[in-house]
Amino acid sequence: MDILVLVKRVPMVGGKMVLTADGQDVDTRLSGFTVSPHEECAVEEAVQVTERLGGTVTVLTLGPPEAADQLRDMLALGAHRGVLLETDGREWGPIATAAAIAAAIGELGPAAFPLILAGNEAADTGGYQVGIRLAHALGRPCVTGIKRLEVAGDLLRAWRDYGGGQEEFELALPAVVGVKEGINLPRYPSLPGRLRAKRAQIEVRKPAWQADGLRKIALRVPAGSAQRARVLGHGAGAVPELIRVLGDIGVLAPAGRAEADGTVA
Amino acid sequence: MSGPVLCLVEVDDGEIAGPSQRALAVARSLASGPARADPERADPASAGLPADGGLTAVVFATLGGPADRAAADLAGQGVTELCVVASGELTCYAPVAWARAIEQLIAARSAAAVVAAATDRGAEVLAHLGALTGLPVAANCVAATATSDQNWRLLRHRWAGSLLEDAILAAPVALLTVAADAVAADAVADDGAVPEPASASPDASGQVVAPVSGGAMIPAADMPVTTFAPALQAADLRVRATQSAGQGGGMSLATARVVVGGGRGVGGPDGFAALEELAGLLGGVVGVSRVVTSQGWRPHRQQVGQTGTKISPELYLACGISGAIQHMAGCQSAKHIVAVNTDPDAPIMSRAEYAVIGDLNEVIPALVAAIRAAGGQE
Repeated sequence: MDILVLVKRVPMVGGKMVLTADGQDVDTRLSGFTVSPHEECAVEEAVQVTERLGGTVTVLTLGPPEAADQLRDMLALGAHRGVLLETDGREWGPIATAAAIAAAIGELGPAAFPLILAGNEAADTGGYQVGIRLAHALGRPCVTGIKRLEVAGDLLRAWRDYGGGQEEFELALPAVVGVKEGINLPRYPSLPGRLRAKRAQIEVRKPAWQADGLRKIALRVPAGSAQRARVLGHGAGAVPELIRVLGDIGVLAPAGRAEADGTVA
Repeated sequence: MSGPVLCLVEVDDGEIAGPSQRALAVARSLASGPARADPERADPASAGLPADGGLTAVVFATLGGPADRAAADLAGQGVTELCVVASGELTCYAPVAWARAIEQLIAARSAAAVVAAATDRGAEVLAHLGALTGLPVAANCVAATATSDQNWRLLRHRWAGSLLEDAILAAPVALLTVAADAVAADAVADDGAVPEPASASPDASGQVVAPVSGGAMIPAADMPVTTFAPALQAADLRVRATQSAGQGGGMSLATARVVVGGGRGVGGPDGFAALEELAGLLGGVVGVSRVVTSQGWRPHRQQVGQTGTKISPELYLACGISGAIQHMAGCQSAKHIVAVNTDPDAPIMSRAEYAVIGDLNEVIPALVAAIRAAGGQE
């Protein structure tokens, strides 16, 4: 089975969010880029399915020319083919993104990908929409939030978390599936995989941007993140003070709490 | 449009689900917002219903229907109509069918906006609704105000709440999801960029404040309960949950009162025994950072973070966790964060309330021993 996986290039954020001076974007001068964990798992899932059933994995992204790096990262994980829908760096909304991907799939051959996997939601926007809007554009059924997937013939069984338990879906291929991290444990890229990815030809298309009704004014970092924790002490010597704090918070069992208070008072 | 704001309300075990409470708060502020549409343009076709403004709670009756308790709660939340969507075909959750029903309800009520919690179901249904109608969906809002006809000023989460975005939505009908979890426990630098809505606003922490019961709210008797039977096609029912099973029993990470977190500093799969023991003593559970699950030390279901579980305990004791953005997005609703870390400059130090500087493999066993000793003195 030939599978298409959608990924998105996003800043690799570490311990702190830093914005550009104009407040329009995350400052990436000191950070790298990556794809969302959900998407890495989507690629891993696709590779595992093709390892079982045969076929190929195509990864597709819509982004700036540099997003080819993320496609190569995914090729190194075992994907076979990379397609870049190149933009001029502007932010694309879900409506325009899904339309551009649908058009590209039309050109690549709509029958070519009975299964399309997407990360459930992108790390930066969390929109939860591109896979679903794409499914509608292609007239396909779609399930999202999926953490377990079984492909048997033309049938797909999928499970997601619901209310502390699970919710099960059954649908016919061709279909679009939004997957979440936890569906598998992605492998590390192999050396041959890296070499193959480095040499691979990325197919480039250039769709036209369109507005979709939602306009960003500016981003801001929630204020107050400059607070500092009160240091209770160092090493095991801090334990009496720590016990007192846990008692104040009210998470020690009543007996233990009273005794602990007595002990350290 | 001059009709009501529709709010998709998920009912969980007879009660309004927590995320839906937050969605209701945002929906209520929209329905009572200052720039509400002109009442004289009310659609006469919807006579007898709250034609101008108003807040319609939309509940899908699958098996059993909505509980009376939820209905009473809704009446106390400023809801002016409870609309129960029921159809013989809707015996289980079916995302496209739910979206189709809301699409038809928008037309029937001339709705101005649709609001849903950004849960798996809420976000999914609104995305389908966006696709069916061709309308944009603004995801993960925490505040919304109508500024003029078909224009809304929004404050919404980016990066699961690690950033806030001021945005403008222009659309014939506003489709919004509301961040299902709370926002950073940091003061929002709000210099009036978003006008304060009447009854729901992000508080100093950026969290949506949902009044539990409003004294000035409309009494239950004034809330009509209507039913709506959507016209569904076979294609709308193509995808449906064949089984939805809540697990029940056992403490869940999402709802635990105490979470003992372990990160890279735990050092390996064997290091979690002490954390499990401590969690047991505190009546809590163990949660882990993403590096722990991607190393395969612990299963993904224990992951706290943007792509794992969002927690909201009384105490989060974060051990050997540096405090990456991805992780903190999952624990920003924790009431108290205490960090145990060897690095006094780790990012978690600016997010925690208290810290112990030291090796968790020394501190945690000592803490366990001290709690046991105190308990044993009874």
